[in-house]
Amino acid sequence: MSDLRLSNQGDRVGPAKTAPEPQPRVTLVRDGQRVNHAKNAEGFLAAPQHQKMHDKRLWDLRQKRDGQMHQIPEWEELRELASAIKEHTLAHLDEYLVQFERNARANGVHVHWAKDAEEHNRIVHGILRYHGAKSLVKSKSMLTDECGFREYMAQVGIEIVETDLGERIQQLDDEEPSHIVVPAVHKLATDVAKVFAEKLGSDPNDADIYHLAETQRDTTRPKILSADAGMTGCNFAVAETGGITVCTNEGNADLSMNVPKLHIASVGIEKVIPKIEHLGVFVRMLSRSAVGSPITQYTSHVRGPREGGQMHIVLVDNGRSARLKEEQFWRSLKCIRCGACMNTCPVYRRSGGLSYGATYSGPIGLIIDPTINRHKYSELPFASSLNGSCTNVCPVKINIHEQIAAWRKVMAENHELPFAKKAAMQAAGALLAQPALYRTAIATADAALNTLPRFAVYNSLNAWGKGRENPHAPRKTFHAWYKKTRGRK
Amino acid sequence: MSSRDAILATVRANRPGLTRELPSIPRFDSAPPVSLLDAFKAALVSMGGAFMELGEGADPLAPLRARLASGLVCSAVPEVSGNLPLSKVQRPSDLDKVDVGVVRAAFGVAETGSVCLTDEALVVNALGYLPQHLIVLLDPADIVVNLHHAYDRPEFRRHRYAVFHTGPSATADIEGVLIRGAQGVRSLTVVPVLRRT
Repeated sequence: MSDLRLSNQGDRVGPAKTAPEPQPRVTLVRDGQRVNHAKNAEGFLAAPQHQKMHDKRLWDLRQKRDGQMHQIPEWEELRELASAIKEHTLAHLDEYLVQFERNARANGVHVHWAKDAEEHNRIVHGILRYHGAKSLVKSKSMLTDECGFREYMAQVGIEIVETDLGERIQQLDDEEPSHIVVPAVHKLATDVAKVFAEKLGSDPNDADIYHLAETQRDTTRPKILSADAGMTGCNFAVAETGGITVCTNEGNADLSMNVPKLHIASVGIEKVIPKIEHLGVFVRMLSRSAVGSPITQYTSHVRGPREGGQMHIVLVDNGRSARLKEEQFWRSLKCIRCGACMNTCPVYRRSGGLSYGATYSGPIGLIIDPTINRHKYSELPFASSLNGSCTNVCPVKINIHEQIAAWRKVMAENHELPFAKKAAMQAAGALLAQPALYRTAIATADAALNTLPRFAVYNSLNAWGKGRENPHAPRKTFHAWYKKTRGRK
Repeated sequence: MSSRDAILATVRANRPGLTRELPSIPRFDSAPPVSLLDAFKAALVSMGGAFMELGEGADPLAPLRARLASGLVCSAVPEVSGNLPLSKVQRPSDLDKVDVGVVRAAFGVAETGSVCLTDEALVVNALGYLPQHLIVLLDPADIVVNLHHAYDRPEFRRHRYAVFHTGPSATADIEGVLIRGAQGVRSLTVVPVLRRT
């Protein structure tokens, strides 16, 4: 079928002649411990091939997004509308949830409610048990990752097969997705070849991307055909119809919901929108923001079960209703999971998604993860330069960088700062309170930065020397310069 | 208290105290393309889809019939017949060996190059995904300018399943290299065929 394989593989070089760079790994921390993003990123920063591909790939997505945006004169108006629709809906969420439930039930859908991840998994298990289902094919859903769904099902002996290529790679490699749209974006083709060879028996030395994708297609299709149940996530749940909208490029959500008789959809309660006409606003921006295409290859609207089939929707809270109360942070619930903030973030592009040690990484992760576990993710809000690019690209206008700054304050007030950061902040506070002392210190530090040997600047005590080069210090301070030039007048 | 009531009670108690009216949605159609069909074709091709131009002769559908001359063909349209009748399809997985599926689009969208397929047109929803290739008949008169107009159409209220297909199944999950034919169909071809009235 080579004639149909349209590709943009032009700038890729052939198979590497030297041994491929091994994939950098991140050691996950146990619950109760704090995720150290900077430390986790060290391995990725020390793997130049991975780092370079990752940075380039994500920046390419950002540029494609910009190209699409410039073709839509009403882009800013759409963002404003999307934000207004989401804020209105979240301010009346109980009413719209009840409306959605009523209409979905009228369409013949079974609607369930889950307070948390555990209840979600238990409900889905119950449905599967009732139908005697032993195998389930599913499309990508961040919510099911959030719920630890696969781990739960492994314990009760139900086979789960991810059908999205990136998510399948991550499943076979026993890793979390590193990006909410492109889950295996941190991997080189050689890493995928290694995983597929170990788990699917393909040739470990064949890192041809067409062959890898074909291996996935060939090995997944029989599982789709024989699965007892199919599962999808949901991008938008429309209250006025009780229907859900799911967006994919591979068509794997449609296969999952249209081949097995039983379809289960996991839906976060914040996914509800009031009307069909609102889909126009969100669908126009979702894929343009995510990967720079005008729309996903498949945008599916499901309102009820097929003839002879059964459809279940599990509405999941898992901390969302509590987040609504947080004055500074509830707007993060507007998120439509496009990943644009990740693609544009310089910290994310260089550190890789797995370094965040959480289901949601990148800027949106920084403001969602602490609502899930404040202590564990207390350092994440510091993994940002606060440049504001995330906020500028967000299609629903979440004030991401402002929330990141607000989380830093919360962490400081709740004594969640690690010791080194706290000590540095206290020293800075004392210094900044006394201008004369500050000036002397800066002049000394600048001179020192330029003259100190590397080991004195780039050592384990100075976090600013880790994973980055410090800028060249100016020869004289602004104050000294001003005194010398303007000050004499 | 049931989980349902507990969740709703918490949501109610925690509702952000702001008044944000639901905005009305403009249709953003003040500057439509000169030709909806040309705009549709360009968008479709940019998404990896193909457009089959038909001739004028005695049998305008000749190029389409030629395309369907070999392989296992399953047609859900009266204009052309295949060699696997849908009446023989007992369950969706029976479509696994189909080479080409043929279906009629309810309408197309010029902005994105999408075609809308409904459960009624597909007969078996999996017909849109399990065949290796998909051919979609579209009446050029059924093209709307953009997604706002698309969502004004009745299909989303009338059908249990309505889907936009925009080109074939695709993935760029490994190093960003674009592959057409990920899990679903490897190609999607739109053919301009007037709707029989």
